[in-house]
Parts: sequence; structure tokens; C-alpha cells
Amino acid sequence: MSTSSLAASKRNAIGLGRLITMPTFGPLIVLIVFCAIFSLATKTFFATGNLSLVVQQSVIVGTLAIGQTMIILTAGIDLANGGIAVLGTILAGRLVAEQQNPVLSLLFALFICTSFGLTAGLLVSRLMLPPFIVTLGLLGIVTAITRLTAQGGAFPVTDDLLSWPGNAFAVGDTSITYGMIVMFILYVLVWYLLTQTAWGRHVYAIGNNREAARLVGIPVQARLLSVYTFAGLLYGIGAWLALGRIPNADPNALQNANLDSITAVVIGGTSLFGGRGSLWGTLIGTLIVSVLRNGLTLTGIDPLWQDLVTGILVISAVALDQISRRKQR
Amino acid sequence: MTMDVTTKVALPPKGTVVLEARGITKRYGQVTALDHAELELRAGEVLAVVGDNGAGKSTLIKVLCGAVVPDEGEVLLDGKPVHFRSPLDARKLGIETVYQDLAVAPALDIATNLFLGRELRRKGPLGGWFRLLDKNRMRREAQHEMDQLKFHLPAIDSAVEKLSGGQRQGVAVARAAIFARRLVIMDEPTAALGVRESGQVLNLIRTIRDRGLPVILISHDMPHVFEVADRIQIMRLGRRAAVTTPQKHTMSQVVAIMTGAARGDEPVEANGG
Repeated sequence: MSTSSLAASKRNAIGLGRLITMPTFGPLIVLIVFCAIFSLATKTFFATGNLSLVVQQSVIVGTLAIGQTMIILTAGIDLANGGIAVLGTILAGRLVAEQQNPVLSLLFALFICTSFGLTAGLLVSRLMLPPFIVTLGLLGIVTAITRLTAQGGAFPVTDDLLSWPGNAFAVGDTSITYGMIVMFILYVLVWYLLTQTAWGRHVYAIGNNREAARLVGIPVQARLLSVYTFAGLLYGIGAWLALGRIPNADPNALQNANLDSITAVVIGGTSLFGGRGSLWGTLIGTLIVSVLRNGLTLTGIDPLWQDLVTGILVISAVALDQISRRKQR
Repeated sequence: MTMDVTTKVALPPKGTVVLEARGITKRYGQVTALDHAELELRAGEVLAVVGDNGAGKSTLIKVLCGAVVPDEGEVLLDGKPVHFRSPLDARKLGIETVYQDLAVAPALDIATNLFLGRELRRKGPLGGWFRLLDKNRMRREAQHEMDQLKFHLPAIDSAVEKLSGGQRQGVAVARAAIFARRLVIMDEPTAALGVRESGQVLNLIRTIRDRGLPVILISHDMPHVFEVADRIQIMRLGRRAAVTTPQKHTMSQVVAIMTGAARGDEPVEANGG
């Protein structure tokens, strides 16, 4: 007992050291630096209205990135999450446009998105297919179904339920949308699952050393299936948040969302090799991309530079991960 | 697994047979990996299983830990026949296995690795409904076990990848020792380790035996075998060629039996079987 309390006090004493070695520390510094630069460069960036907008712009990618984080932690990857979310918006949008019950329409869209997650999970866990190929194939299938459902059109959303995530209330002079709240709750929920439950430890262990996970008796297939299925549900919720943000179900929307979600996870410090990383890092990664886009636009720099800077950030993040892993060996 | 994860069932007196394999046969197509192989593990001993490549020692061990289902023969635990269809079946009956390829998750910390797949949850609704882990208790018990095993490691919450190879294998061995209730099987636990690190693991094997758990040790390394084994089973051509002790035969005699240069008159011991 005395040794453990000693260890605890030691732990507090080196709190700063621990903070620096925390996987989210680097991304957090990058976010703060970007915010500082843009605050100095433009008067409008730090305005509360603009900061609210930055977060609103992160809500969809931020939600998709939760599922992406879980999957990447298992050493997988998801190339279909943007496509699945778009299908969700089209299904809900079209059903409501055809005078169907909005609640049932939304539930149906969530169900279909979850089913695609389940399909990916079955293929990855039972047939042991590589997640890259499975989700690439699913992206093609989902995109085709989206276009067949949309039949060349878009569906403006006027229903209150579907556009609810876009509704806002004011705290002081900051406008907060329900979509932001939903996203934040999902982050807290999945953070809890990943760090405070056995399920989360199994997710990390599977990504870190799948064979060891199997040998210690973790039901690897069941865990993988649950990760992909849950991710599918999150993409469905992402679809709802997208309808709230832009109340128009458009088959051509969210073209970059999938790659942005991978970018957010990687910039957030999660290893593409699996088993390492944190969900808060992903939230910070999402905000970094948002701040960058927003800030560069406000400073009047050509939008082409946004993609260039984002690209550099992704490569730097992966390089850092690789170098730190090599050092460990 | 209630308060103390290390609660062992009452151990049988030294010398009684804990695990027995009779007439185990396993064929892979044309190849007969095991041809009526026998094995007998007694309470309180380290039984080494040695043999040349292809002598059947790995297959025999896989049968005992549930990874392979034999074509013929039976396995008895405490005199009762058991049928393992997977390693999980064997584990449920208190048989833990340590694999040679360091079956740990390097990015996770020591305590997490020790309890991986068998995490402890908080009591009451926090653990029941919210599935909240009891991290403090796992850390405490992990530390306690490591102290009991006299195995020295850095802080129990440091990542396993920060440890040396020997310390990592120590984590895997400790995990088996903590959860095994009947016996521990170790498949080449020192194969990937240097001299000093092997020494740490061999010490650990002795400690486990002295605490009352019998150990089956599969090894290529004769000096290691002679250092820790109480008895040595020599496998040849899928059968038990001989059972001896480090006192009765020298290393070169054992190697001679292994390679077929000398005859092992099975069973060597009068009181065997």
C-alpha cells in the first residue's frame, strides 16, 4: 500500500513530464499555434461567431472520425464512411420528401448505415479480408446505391426532425448547435468505452498485437464486428448531423469527408498501424483541419493552399509516428 | 475470481499425478506427428519435454493446451478424462500456456497486459451496468503478484515496449502464473532471450514451482533444461523415448537418446505409470 501511494505521489510530481509525453500533447500545441497565428493575422478569426462556425464545420467530419478512430485502433481503415453517410442523408431525405414518417425515415437511414458497418465487420472479422479492400469495395457499392436512390436529384430538407441538429441556442453571444452537443456527447461516450471498459482495452490490444489478443482469450472476431457495426451507426448519426448543417440531401455532398476523417485521426496522433492513439487527439485533429481551412480563407489565401498545408500535416504526423516507433526498437 | 485472483485450489501432495496423456496419436495427412505418445506431470515438479525437430514435442504440448485435438488417446486432469476443443477449454480448467513469441501487447502497460482478457470491473452498478474497469485494483494486484514472484519490473503502469525482452517474457509468464490453478505449460519461453534474461525467466519458473504449480517446460536449450527440470521427458519419432532426471543422465546422454544414438529404455523410472 505504501509503495503504491509513493508511486502515486511520484506520478503527480512528474505530471508535467507525463503531459508532454501524452499522445494528444503534440496535436494540442499545433492547434494552439494555428489559432494564435490566425488570431494575429486576421481580426475576424477569434470572434466568437467565427469560432462557433469553426466547430460547426467540424461536426460531420468529427463524428465520422470517431468511427474511423475505433477502426484504425484495430489496425484497420475505413474508406467508405463518407459514402455511407451520404447514403444516409439521401435515404432520409427522399423518404421524407415522399411524405413518409420522419422518425421512421431517420431510423431507417440509421439502420441502413449500421447494416453497412455490420457488413464491413463481417467481411473483416469472419472472412479475414483486408479492411482497405472491404471498405473500398463498399464505397463503390454505397455510392452506386446512393445514385440509384437519388436518381439524379437532391432532396431539400424542410422537416424539423431532420434539420434539428442545425438548430442553435445562444450561450452569451456564442451560438451553439445541437449538432455540436450530439458530437461532443458521442466523443465522451466513445472515450469512456475505449478507456474505461474492457471492450476498449480489447480494441487497443487487437490493433497492437492481434495474435497476443487471441492467445489471451479476447474474442477478436466479436470485438471487430462490434467496432465496425458501431462505426456504421456513428456514420448514420453523421448523416443526420450533415442534414442539420446543410438541409439538402445531395448525392454529391461530403466528397472529402472520408479522407478528412482519416486526416483528423492521423493528425490527432493515432497510429495507422493500430493499437496506439487517443480519441481526444482525433477531436483536436478535426479542429486543426477546420481551423486551417477557416483561417486560410479569412486571411484571403488561395484555397488551394489549404489542401497543401493539410497534406504536409498528414505526412508529418505519420512520419513522427514512424520515427517514434523506430526509436522504441 | 473473487477478491484474490491468485486463489488456488487445494494442491495435491507432491508426487501425485496432475496431468496425464495416454496413447496420444495425431496424424497430418501422411505424417504421423504423434504415435501413441505418453506424458505424466506430477504435483510440485518442473517436467521438461525435449526432442529434436519433428520429434512431436510441439504437437504434444498443443494437445495438452487445447490448440490441437488428437486423433486418438486421452488426456486426464487429476485422473478425470478431459476433452479440450480450444485453448479456452484448457484455460477454464486452470491450465495456462506461455508461448515463445512473447504474446504481449507492447503498447499497453504491464498491469493491463497481466489482466488482458480477464479485466476486473468495479463492484456494484458502476461495474455491472457501466462496465467500469477497476484500474486501481488491477494495478495493485499486478504489483502484489510481481512482488510475490520476486520479479522486478519498472512501474506497473509503464508500457511493455519499454521493457527488455526478458522482462516482457516475465510479464507473459507472470500472467500464466497468476491465473493458472492447476499447471503452467511453457513453450520455449527462453528461445528469444539472451543469457541474463533467460536466467530471470528460469528463476521465475522455479518460483512458480515452489509456490506449488507444476510446470511443463518445452525447450531446445539443454543447459536451461538441466538447470530447472526435476524430470526430463525425451521425445523421439512421435513417442516418449525415455523419462530421466538431470541426476541420472548427462546432457550428452540425453542428446544421444534424442537423436537415436542411444536407446532410452522406456520407462526409465521404476515407479513411473
